[in-house]
Amino acid sequence: MPKQKTIAATGNVLVAEAMRQCAPDMMAAYPITPQTTIVEEFAKFVANGRVHTEYVTVESEHSAMSACIGASAAGARVMTATSSQGLAYMWEELHIASGMRLPIVMANANRALSAPINIHCDHSDIMGARDTGWVILFAETAQEAYDNTIMSVRIAEHPDVLLPVMTTLDGFITTHSIDRAEVMDDETVSAFVGQYVPENALLDPERNVTHGAFAGLGGPYFEFKHSQRLAIERSRDVVKSVGAEWSEISGRPFGMVETFGMEDAEVAIVVIGSTAGNARHVARGLRAQGMKVGVVKVRCFRPFPYAELVQALSGVKAVAVLDRAESFGAEGGPLYLEVRSALYDLATRIPAVDYIYGLGGSDVKTELIERVFNDLADIAAGTAEPAGLVYLGAR
Amino acid sequence: MSWDVSKIGEWKNDEFPRGAVIPDSGNSRDYVTGGWRSERPCRDDAKCTQCLFCWIYCPDSAVNVADEKVTTFNLDHCKGCGVCANICPVDAITMVPEGCELPEVK
Repeated sequence: MPKQKTIAATGNVLVAEAMRQCAPDMMAAYPITPQTTIVEEFAKFVANGRVHTEYVTVESEHSAMSACIGASAAGARVMTATSSQGLAYMWEELHIASGMRLPIVMANANRALSAPINIHCDHSDIMGARDTGWVILFAETAQEAYDNTIMSVRIAEHPDVLLPVMTTLDGFITTHSIDRAEVMDDETVSAFVGQYVPENALLDPERNVTHGAFAGLGGPYFEFKHSQRLAIERSRDVVKSVGAEWSEISGRPFGMVETFGMEDAEVAIVVIGSTAGNARHVARGLRAQGMKVGVVKVRCFRPFPYAELVQALSGVKAVAVLDRAESFGAEGGPLYLEVRSALYDLATRIPAVDYIYGLGGSDVKTELIERVFNDLADIAAGTAEPAGLVYLGAR
Repeated sequence: MSWDVSKIGEWKNDEFPRGAVIPDSGNSRDYVTGGWRSERPCRDDAKCTQCLFCWIYCPDSAVNVADEKVTTFNLDHCKGCGVCANICPVDAITMVPEGCELPEVK
Protein backbone atom coordinates (compact mmCIF):
# COMPACT_ATOMS: atom_id res chain seq x y z
CA MET A 1 0.00 0.00 0.00
CA PRO A 2 1.36 3.44 -0.86
CA LYS A 3 2.18 5.44 2.24
CA GLN A 4 2.27 9.21 2.09
CA LYS A 5 3.33 11.75 4.63
CA THR A 6 2.44 15.39 4.72
CA ILE A 7 5.38 17.74 5.03
CA ALA A 8 6.07 21.45 4.78
CA ALA A 9 8.77 22.15 2.23
CA THR A 10 9.77 24.41 -0.64
CA GLY A 11 9.10 23.43 -4.24
CA ASN A 12 12.81 22.93 -4.81
CA VAL A 13 13.17 20.58 -1.83
CA LEU A 14 10.23 18.56 -3.16
CA VAL A 15 11.70 18.36 -6.66
CA ALA A 16 15.02 17.18 -5.19
CA GLU A 17 13.15 14.63 -3.08
CA ALA A 18 11.28 13.35 -6.16
CA MET A 19 14.55 13.10 -8.06
CA ARG A 20 16.17 11.13 -5.25
CA GLN A 21 13.22 8.73 -5.24
CA CYS A 22 13.54 8.25 -9.02
CA ALA A 23 17.23 7.36 -8.46
CA PRO A 24 18.95 8.73 -11.56
CA ASP A 25 22.28 7.09 -12.49
CA MET A 26 23.78 10.46 -13.32
CA MET A 27 23.20 14.15 -12.72
CA ALA A 28 25.27 16.99 -14.17
CA ALA A 29 24.27 20.45 -13.05
CA TYR A 30 25.40 24.01 -12.59
CA PRO A 31 23.87 26.26 -9.94
CA ILE A 32 21.67 29.18 -10.91
CA THR A 33 19.12 31.14 -8.91
CA PRO A 34 16.34 30.14 -8.20
CA GLN A 35 17.11 26.54 -9.12
CA THR A 36 20.27 26.13 -7.02
CA THR A 37 18.63 24.57 -4.00
CA ILE A 38 17.37 21.64 -6.12
CA VAL A 39 20.88 20.51 -7.03
CA GLU A 40 22.21 21.55 -3.63
CA GLU A 41 19.68 19.28 -1.90
CA PHE A 42 20.42 16.53 -4.37
CA ALA A 43 24.19 16.86 -3.86
CA LYS A 44 23.52 16.42 -0.14
CA PHE A 45 21.63 13.19 -0.83
CA VAL A 46 24.59 11.94 -2.87
CA ALA A 47 27.12 12.96 -0.20
CA ASN A 48 25.08 11.24 2.51
CA GLY A 49 24.74 8.05 0.46
CA ARG A 50 20.97 8.36 0.20
CA VAL A 51 21.09 7.99 -3.58
CA HIS A 52 23.70 6.31 -5.76
CA THR A 53 23.97 8.90 -8.49
CA GLU A 54 27.12 9.92 -10.32
CA TYR A 55 27.01 13.63 -9.57
CA VAL A 56 29.07 15.60 -12.07
CA THR A 57 29.96 19.20 -11.31
CA VAL A 58 30.53 21.15 -14.50
CA GLU A 59 31.62 24.67 -15.40
CA SER A 60 28.46 25.79 -17.19
CA GLU A 61 24.97 24.79 -18.25
CA HIS A 62 26.27 24.22 -21.77
CA SER A 63 28.52 21.54 -20.30
CA ALA A 64 25.83 20.29 -17.92
CA MET A 65 23.45 19.40 -20.74
CA SER A 66 26.33 18.08 -22.87
CA ALA A 67 27.38 15.75 -20.05
CA CYS A 68 23.75 14.69 -19.57
CA ILE A 69 23.47 13.87 -23.28
CA GLY A 70 26.64 11.80 -23.15
CA ALA A 71 25.52 9.90 -20.07
CA SER A 72 22.03 9.34 -21.45
CA ALA A 73 23.43 8.01 -24.73
CA ALA A 74 25.67 5.76 -22.67
CA GLY A 75 22.51 4.25 -21.22
CA ALA A 76 22.03 6.05 -17.90
CA ARG A 77 18.89 7.52 -16.36
CA VAL A 78 19.82 11.20 -16.28
CA MET A 79 18.42 14.25 -14.54
CA THR A 80 19.41 17.87 -14.17
CA ALA A 81 17.96 21.24 -13.28
CA THR A 82 18.42 24.79 -14.46
CA SER A 83 16.81 28.21 -14.84
CA SER A 84 16.76 31.37 -16.94
CA GLN A 85 20.17 32.22 -18.43
CA GLY A 86 21.23 28.64 -17.74
CA LEU A 87 18.40 27.25 -19.84
CA ALA A 88 19.18 29.79 -22.55
CA TYR A 89 22.83 28.71 -22.45
CA MET A 90 21.70 25.10 -23.00
CA TRP A 91 19.74 26.01 -26.11
CA GLU A 92 21.72 24.08 -28.69
CA GLU A 93 21.96 21.00 -26.46
CA LEU A 94 18.20 21.05 -25.85
CA HIS A 95 17.67 20.33 -29.54
CA ILE A 96 20.41 17.68 -29.50
CA ALA A 97 18.84 15.86 -26.54
CA SER A 98 15.43 15.66 -28.22
CA GLY A 99 16.85 14.89 -31.66
CA MET A 100 18.88 12.03 -30.22
CA ARG A 101 15.70 10.88 -28.46
CA LEU A 102 17.30 10.83 -25.02
CA PRO A 103 14.84 10.61 -22.10
CA ILE A 104 16.56 13.21 -19.89
CA VAL A 105 14.44 14.81 -17.16
CA MET A 106 15.22 18.41 -16.29
CA ALA A 107 13.61 20.70 -13.74
CA ASN A 108 13.42 24.37 -14.64
CA ALA A 109 12.81 27.15 -12.16
CA ASN A 110 10.95 29.61 -14.38
CA ARG A 111 12.72 32.97 -14.30
CA ALA A 112 13.06 36.12 -16.35
CA LEU A 113 15.83 36.58 -18.91
CA SER A 114 18.23 39.52 -18.95
CA ALA A 115 18.36 42.43 -19.77
CA PRO A 116 17.80 44.21 -17.51
CA ILE A 117 19.07 41.59 -15.11
CA ASN A 118 16.33 40.07 -13.00
CA ILE A 119 16.17 36.85 -10.99
CA HIS A 120 12.42 36.66 -10.44
CA CYS A 121 9.61 34.66 -11.93
CA ASP A 122 8.27 34.79 -15.40
CA HIS A 123 8.10 32.27 -18.24
CA SER A 124 10.49 33.91 -20.71
CA ASP A 125 13.11 31.20 -20.23
CA ILE A 126 10.88 28.17 -20.62
CA MET A 127 8.80 29.66 -23.43
CA GLY A 128 12.03 30.25 -25.29
CA ALA A 129 12.53 26.48 -25.12
CA ARG A 130 9.03 25.59 -26.31
CA ASP A 131 10.13 24.53 -29.79
CA THR A 132 13.12 22.46 -28.71
CA GLY A 133 11.25 19.13 -28.92
CA TRP A 134 10.99 18.57 -25.16
CA VAL A 135 7.79 17.61 -23.40
CA ILE A 136 7.05 20.52 -21.03
CA LEU A 137 5.03 20.29 -17.81
CA PHE A 138 4.12 23.26 -15.60
CA ALA A 139 3.50 23.09 -11.86
CA GLU A 140 1.20 25.45 -10.02
CA THR A 141 2.29 24.33 -6.56
CA ALA A 142 5.16 22.54 -4.84
CA GLN A 143 2.94 19.45 -4.75
CA GLU A 144 2.49 19.54 -8.51
CA ALA A 145 6.22 20.09 -8.99
CA TYR A 146 6.82 16.91 -6.97
CA ASP A 147 4.20 14.89 -8.84
CA ASN A 148 5.22 16.19 -12.27
CA THR A 149 8.86 15.26 -11.63
CA ILE A 150 7.96 11.66 -10.87
CA MET A 151 5.61 11.44 -13.87
CA SER A 152 8.28 12.97 -16.12
CA VAL A 153 10.53 9.94 -15.76
CA ARG A 154 7.81 7.58 -16.94
CA ILE A 155 6.77 9.88 -19.81
CA ALA A 156 10.36 10.39 -21.02
CA GLU A 157 11.31 6.72 -20.89
CA HIS A 158 8.08 5.39 -22.39
CA PRO A 159 8.97 3.40 -25.56
CA ASP A 160 6.32 5.29 -27.55
CA VAL A 161 7.91 8.61 -26.56
CA LEU A 162 11.64 8.55 -25.72
CA LEU A 163 11.91 12.31 -25.55
CA PRO A 164 13.38 14.57 -22.88
CA VAL A 165 10.96 16.18 -20.43
CA MET A 166 11.13 19.52 -18.64
CA THR A 167 9.28 19.73 -15.37
CA THR A 168 8.93 23.37 -14.47
CA LEU A 169 7.97 25.42 -11.44
CA ASP A 170 7.74 29.16 -10.93
CA GLY A 171 10.90 30.81 -9.63
CA PHE A 172 10.73 31.87 -5.96
CA ILE A 173 6.92 31.72 -5.87
CA THR A 174 6.96 27.93 -6.02
CA THR A 175 10.67 27.12 -5.75
CA HIS A 176 11.28 28.97 -2.48
CA SER A 177 7.92 29.29 -0.71
CA ILE A 178 7.26 26.67 1.92
CA ASP A 179 4.15 24.78 0.98
CA ARG A 180 2.22 21.83 2.31
CA ALA A 181 2.72 18.70 0.26
CA GLU A 182 2.27 14.97 0.44
CA VAL A 183 5.33 12.86 -0.22
CA MET A 184 5.07 9.25 -1.31
CA ASP A 185 7.16 6.47 0.22
CA ASP A 186 10.36 5.51 -1.63
CA GLU A 187 9.25 1.99 -2.54
CA THR A 188 6.06 3.15 -4.24
CA VAL A 189 7.90 5.76 -6.33
CA SER A 190 10.63 3.29 -7.17
CA ALA A 191 8.06 0.72 -8.35
CA PHE A 192 6.16 3.40 -10.28
CA VAL A 193 9.16 4.65 -12.27
CA GLY A 194 10.74 1.21 -12.62
CA GLN A 195 14.16 0.50 -14.06
CA TYR A 196 15.33 2.30 -17.18
CA VAL A 197 16.30 -0.11 -19.96
CA PRO A 198 18.05 1.88 -22.69
CA GLU A 199 17.38 0.93 -26.29
CA ASN A 200 20.81 1.73 -27.73
CA ALA A 201 23.28 2.06 -24.88
CA LEU A 202 26.64 3.36 -26.03
CA LEU A 203 28.29 1.40 -23.22
CA ASP A 204 27.00 -1.98 -24.32
CA PRO A 205 30.12 -4.02 -25.17
CA GLU A 206 27.99 -6.66 -26.88
CA ARG A 207 26.63 -4.22 -29.43
CA ASN A 208 28.49 -1.35 -31.04
CA VAL A 209 26.33 1.65 -31.81
CA THR A 210 26.97 5.19 -32.97
CA HIS A 211 25.07 8.16 -31.54
CA GLY A 212 25.04 11.64 -33.03
CA ALA A 213 25.83 10.73 -36.63
CA PHE A 214 25.48 13.03 -39.63
CA ALA A 215 22.28 13.08 -41.67
CA GLY A 216 23.00 15.85 -44.13
CA LEU A 217 22.39 16.83 -47.70
CA GLY A 218 20.03 14.36 -49.34
CA GLY A 219 20.00 12.42 -46.09
CA PRO A 220 17.10 11.53 -43.84
CA TYR A 221 17.17 14.61 -41.52
CA PHE A 222 13.64 15.41 -42.64
CA GLU A 223 12.47 11.89 -41.77
CA PHE A 224 14.08 12.09 -38.32
CA LYS A 225 12.22 15.35 -37.60
CA HIS A 226 8.99 13.73 -38.78
CA SER A 227 9.51 10.84 -36.37
CA GLN A 228 10.12 13.36 -33.55
CA ARG A 229 6.77 14.98 -34.38
CA LEU A 230 5.08 11.57 -34.32
CA ALA A 231 6.72 10.79 -30.97
CA ILE A 232 5.54 13.99 -29.28
CA GLU A 233 2.05 13.39 -30.72
CA ARG A 234 2.11 9.89 -29.18
CA SER A 235 3.21 11.46 -25.89
CA ARG A 236 -0.28 13.01 -25.50
CA ASP A 237 -1.74 9.63 -24.56
CA VAL A 238 1.30 8.73 -22.50
CA VAL A 239 1.12 11.97 -20.47
CA LYS A 240 -2.56 11.28 -19.80
CA SER A 241 -2.14 7.60 -18.91
CA VAL A 242 0.93 8.15 -16.71
CA GLY A 243 -0.92 11.03 -15.02
CA ALA A 244 -3.97 8.84 -14.47
CA GLU A 245 -1.83 6.05 -13.04
CA TRP A 246 -0.06 8.39 -10.63
CA SER A 247 -3.43 9.93 -9.67
CA GLU A 248 -4.71 6.49 -8.80
CA ILE A 249 -1.72 5.89 -6.50
CA SER A 250 -1.43 9.37 -5.00
CA GLY A 251 -5.08 10.36 -4.88
CA ARG A 252 -4.26 13.68 -6.54
CA PRO A 253 -5.88 14.61 -9.86
CA PHE A 254 -3.90 15.25 -13.03
CA GLY A 255 -5.11 16.76 -16.26
CA MET A 256 -3.24 18.26 -19.18
CA VAL A 257 -5.79 21.02 -18.68
CA GLU A 258 -7.38 21.55 -15.26
CA THR A 259 -10.51 23.66 -14.86
CA PHE A 260 -12.38 25.58 -12.19
CA GLY A 261 -15.97 26.73 -12.59
CA MET A 262 -16.04 25.82 -16.27
CA GLU A 263 -19.27 23.83 -15.99
CA ASP A 264 -21.27 27.08 -16.28
CA ALA A 265 -18.66 29.79 -16.88
CA GLU A 266 -19.52 32.51 -19.40
CA VAL A 267 -16.06 34.02 -19.34
CA ALA A 268 -12.74 32.35 -18.57
CA ILE A 269 -9.09 32.99 -17.89
CA VAL A 270 -6.48 30.63 -19.34
CA VAL A 271 -3.32 30.60 -17.26
CA ILE A 272 -0.16 28.58 -16.58
CA GLY A 273 1.76 28.00 -13.37
CA SER A 274 1.46 29.57 -9.94
CA THR A 275 -0.93 32.37 -10.99
CA ALA A 276 -3.64 29.73 -11.53
CA GLY A 277 -4.11 29.73 -7.75
CA ASN A 278 -4.65 33.52 -7.67
CA ALA A 279 -7.06 33.26 -10.57
CA ARG A 280 -9.10 30.55 -8.86
CA HIS A 281 -9.15 32.58 -5.64
CA VAL A 282 -10.54 35.60 -7.49
CA ALA A 283 -12.95 33.46 -9.50
CA ARG A 284 -14.29 31.86 -6.33
CA GLY A 285 -15.04 35.30 -4.89
CA LEU A 286 -16.73 36.54 -8.06
CA ARG A 287 -18.77 33.36 -8.40
CA ALA A 288 -20.01 33.91 -4.84
CA GLN A 289 -21.30 37.29 -6.09
CA GLY A 290 -23.08 35.53 -8.96
CA MET A 291 -20.60 36.13 -11.80
CA LYS A 292 -20.20 33.09 -14.02
CA VAL A 293 -16.42 33.01 -14.33
CA GLY A 294 -14.01 30.13 -14.73
CA VAL A 295 -10.32 29.31 -14.86
CA VAL A 296 -8.53 26.97 -17.23
CA LYS A 297 -5.04 25.95 -16.18
CA VAL A 298 -2.67 24.42 -18.71
CA ARG A 299 -0.47 21.88 -16.93
CA CYS A 300 1.12 20.31 -20.00
CA PHE A 301 2.35 22.88 -22.52
CA ARG A 302 4.16 20.50 -24.89
CA PRO A 303 2.46 18.66 -26.39
CA PHE A 304 -0.12 21.46 -26.32
CA PRO A 305 -3.54 20.10 -25.28
CA TYR A 306 -5.59 21.95 -27.89
CA ALA A 307 -8.47 19.42 -27.89
CA GLU A 308 -8.85 19.57 -24.10
CA LEU A 309 -8.61 23.36 -24.20
CA VAL A 310 -11.29 23.69 -26.86
CA GLN A 311 -13.52 21.34 -24.90
CA ALA A 312 -13.07 23.43 -21.75
CA LEU A 313 -13.69 26.76 -23.51
CA SER A 314 -16.36 25.82 -26.03
CA GLY A 315 -19.28 27.37 -24.12
CA VAL A 316 -17.78 30.72 -23.12
CA LYS A 317 -18.47 34.19 -24.51
CA ALA A 318 -15.02 35.68 -23.95
CA VAL A 319 -11.56 34.39 -23.04
CA ALA A 320 -8.56 36.07 -21.47
CA VAL A 321 -5.13 34.51 -21.76
CA LEU A 322 -2.57 35.41 -19.11
CA ASP A 323 0.91 35.32 -20.58
CA ARG A 324 3.94 35.52 -18.32
CA ALA A 325 6.25 35.77 -21.30
CA GLU A 326 6.58 37.94 -24.37
CA SER A 327 6.77 36.97 -27.99
CA PHE A 328 7.82 40.40 -29.17
CA GLY A 329 6.23 41.38 -32.43
CA ALA A 330 3.80 38.46 -32.46
CA GLU A 331 0.08 38.94 -32.03
CA GLY A 332 0.41 37.99 -28.36
CA GLY A 333 2.40 35.97 -25.86
CA PRO A 334 3.22 32.29 -26.44
CA LEU A 335 0.16 30.93 -24.59
CA TYR A 336 -2.18 33.33 -26.39
CA LEU A 337 -0.92 32.18 -29.78
CA GLU A 338 -1.61 28.55 -28.83
CA VAL A 339 -5.03 29.25 -27.36
CA ARG A 340 -6.21 31.39 -30.25
CA SER A 341 -5.01 28.82 -32.70
CA ALA A 342 -6.87 26.07 -30.80
CA LEU A 343 -10.08 28.14 -30.80
CA TYR A 344 -9.95 28.49 -34.60
CA ASP A 345 -11.52 25.03 -34.91
CA LEU A 346 -14.70 26.14 -33.15
CA ALA A 347 -17.70 27.04 -35.28
CA THR A 348 -18.41 30.08 -33.09
CA ARG A 349 -15.74 32.72 -32.77
CA ILE A 350 -14.88 33.44 -29.13
CA PRO A 351 -13.36 36.89 -28.52
CA ALA A 352 -9.94 36.53 -26.88
CA VAL A 353 -7.72 39.06 -25.15
CA ASP A 354 -4.07 38.63 -24.25
CA TYR A 355 -2.79 39.99 -20.95
CA ILE A 356 0.97 40.10 -20.53
CA TYR A 357 1.55 40.06 -16.76
CA GLY A 358 4.09 39.44 -14.03
CA LEU A 359 7.24 39.81 -16.11
CA GLY A 360 10.37 39.76 -13.97
CA GLY A 361 8.30 38.86 -10.92
CA SER A 362 6.14 41.97 -11.02
CA ASP A 363 3.25 41.55 -8.61
CA VAL A 364 0.14 39.69 -9.69
CA LYS A 365 -2.38 41.33 -7.41
CA THR A 366 -5.86 39.90 -7.07
CA GLU A 367 -7.30 43.26 -8.19
CA LEU A 368 -5.55 42.81 -11.53
CA ILE A 369 -7.17 39.44 -12.07
CA GLU A 370 -10.50 40.86 -10.99
CA ARG A 371 -10.03 43.56 -13.62
CA VAL A 372 -9.47 40.88 -16.27
CA PHE A 373 -12.72 39.13 -15.33
CA ASN A 374 -14.57 42.47 -15.40
CA ASP A 375 -13.13 43.28 -18.84
CA LEU A 376 -14.32 39.87 -20.04
CA ALA A 377 -17.79 40.41 -18.60
CA ASP A 378 -18.02 43.70 -20.56
CA ILE A 379 -16.94 41.96 -23.77
CA ALA A 380 -19.43 39.12 -23.15
CA ALA A 381 -22.19 41.69 -22.54
CA GLY A 382 -21.30 43.43 -25.77
CA THR A 383 -20.43 46.72 -24.04
CA ALA A 384 -16.71 46.56 -24.87
CA GLU A 385 -14.48 45.32 -27.67
CA PRO A 386 -11.57 42.92 -27.07
CA ALA A 387 -8.54 45.08 -26.34
CA GLY A 388 -6.01 42.97 -28.24
CA LEU A 389 -2.87 42.93 -26.17
CA VAL A 390 -2.80 44.47 -22.68
CA TYR A 391 0.16 44.91 -20.34
CA LEU A 392 -1.74 44.06 -17.17
CA GLY A 393 -1.03 46.55 -14.40
CA ALA A 394 1.40 48.61 -16.49
CA ARG A 395 1.99 52.16 -15.27
CA MET B 1 24.35 -7.91 -36.52
CA SER B 2 24.61 -6.62 -40.02
CA TRP B 3 22.74 -3.44 -40.74
CA ASP B 4 21.21 -3.56 -44.20
CA VAL B 5 20.97 -0.02 -45.56
CA SER B 6 20.44 -0.96 -49.18
CA LYS B 7 16.87 0.45 -49.10
CA ILE B 8 17.71 3.49 -46.94
CA GLY B 9 16.53 5.82 -49.69
CA GLU B 10 13.01 4.41 -49.34
CA TRP B 11 12.77 4.26 -45.54
CA LYS B 12 10.05 6.32 -43.89
CA ASN B 13 10.27 8.22 -40.57
CA ASP B 14 9.86 5.40 -38.05
CA GLU B 15 11.78 2.85 -40.12
CA PHE B 16 15.02 4.65 -39.25
CA PRO B 17 16.65 3.72 -35.94
CA ARG B 18 15.38 6.17 -33.31
CA GLY B 19 17.47 9.27 -32.76
CA ALA B 20 19.66 8.68 -35.84
CA VAL B 21 21.51 5.89 -34.07
CA ILE B 22 23.68 3.64 -36.24
CA PRO B 23 23.00 0.24 -34.68
CA ASP B 24 26.12 -1.51 -35.96
CA SER B 25 29.84 -0.87 -36.37
CA GLY B 26 32.23 -1.05 -39.31
CA ASN B 27 29.78 0.27 -41.88
CA SER B 28 31.37 3.63 -42.69
CA ARG B 29 33.06 1.95 -45.66
CA ASP B 30 29.59 1.51 -47.14
CA TYR B 31 29.07 5.26 -47.04
CA VAL B 32 30.59 6.68 -50.22
CA THR B 33 32.06 10.13 -49.60
CA GLY B 34 34.27 10.53 -52.66
CA GLY B 35 31.62 12.53 -54.47
CA TRP B 36 32.89 15.76 -52.90
CA ARG B 37 36.17 15.52 -54.81
CA SER B 38 37.14 18.12 -57.40
CA GLU B 39 40.71 16.81 -57.91
CA ARG B 40 42.03 13.29 -57.79
CA PRO B 41 45.55 12.03 -56.95
CA CYS B 42 47.59 10.54 -59.80
CA ARG B 43 50.67 8.51 -58.82
CA ASP B 44 53.73 8.08 -61.05
CA ASP B 45 54.96 4.57 -60.32
CA ALA B 46 58.38 5.32 -61.87
CA LYS B 47 59.03 8.11 -59.36
CA CYS B 48 57.42 6.45 -56.34
CA THR B 49 59.89 5.01 -53.79
CA GLN B 50 57.15 3.22 -51.80
CA CYS B 51 57.97 5.18 -48.65
CA LEU B 52 54.24 4.90 -47.73
CA PHE B 53 54.08 8.49 -46.46
CA CYS B 54 50.86 9.02 -48.43
CA TRP B 55 49.32 5.94 -46.82
CA ILE B 56 50.26 7.21 -43.36
CA TYR B 57 49.04 10.77 -43.93
CA CYS B 58 45.81 10.14 -45.83
CA PRO B 59 43.03 11.37 -43.48
CA ASP B 60 40.47 9.08 -45.12
CA SER B 61 42.49 5.83 -45.32
CA ALA B 62 41.98 6.03 -49.07
CA VAL B 63 45.46 4.83 -50.16
CA ASN B 64 45.27 1.16 -51.06
CA VAL B 65 48.31 -0.90 -50.15
CA ALA B 66 49.13 -4.52 -50.94
CA ASP B 67 52.30 -6.34 -49.89
CA GLU B 68 53.58 -3.09 -48.33
CA LYS B 69 53.29 -1.26 -51.63
CA VAL B 70 50.93 1.49 -52.71
CA THR B 71 48.72 0.16 -55.46
CA THR B 72 45.78 2.51 -56.10
CA PHE B 73 43.64 5.15 -54.42
CA ASN B 74 40.20 4.30 -53.06
CA LEU B 75 38.17 6.87 -54.97
CA ASP B 76 34.98 5.96 -53.11
CA HIS B 77 36.43 7.73 -50.08
CA CYS B 78 39.21 10.02 -51.40
CA LYS B 79 38.01 13.61 -51.03
CA GLY B 80 40.82 15.03 -53.12
CA CYS B 81 42.37 17.02 -50.26
CA GLY B 82 45.87 16.68 -51.74
CA VAL B 83 47.65 15.79 -48.49
CA CYS B 84 49.26 12.80 -50.25
CA ALA B 85 50.62 14.94 -53.09
CA ASN B 86 51.85 17.55 -50.61
CA ILE B 87 53.63 15.07 -48.35
CA CYS B 88 55.21 12.97 -51.11
CA PRO B 89 59.01 13.50 -50.81
CA VAL B 90 59.69 12.70 -54.47
CA ASP B 91 56.72 14.50 -56.09
CA ALA B 92 55.35 11.23 -57.40
CA ILE B 93 51.74 12.31 -56.81
CA THR B 94 50.05 15.11 -58.71
CA MET B 95 46.49 16.30 -58.28
CA VAL B 96 44.59 16.35 -61.54
CA PRO B 97 41.20 18.01 -62.03
CA GLU B 98 38.42 15.51 -61.67
CA GLY B 99 37.10 14.36 -65.03
CA CYS B 100 39.99 15.87 -67.07
CA GLU B 101 40.92 12.57 -68.64
CA LEU B 102 37.48 12.23 -70.14
CA PRO B 103 37.70 12.83 -73.89
CA GLU B 104 34.97 15.50 -73.94
CA VAL B 105 36.83 17.52 -71.31
CA LYS B 106 40.20 17.29 -73.03
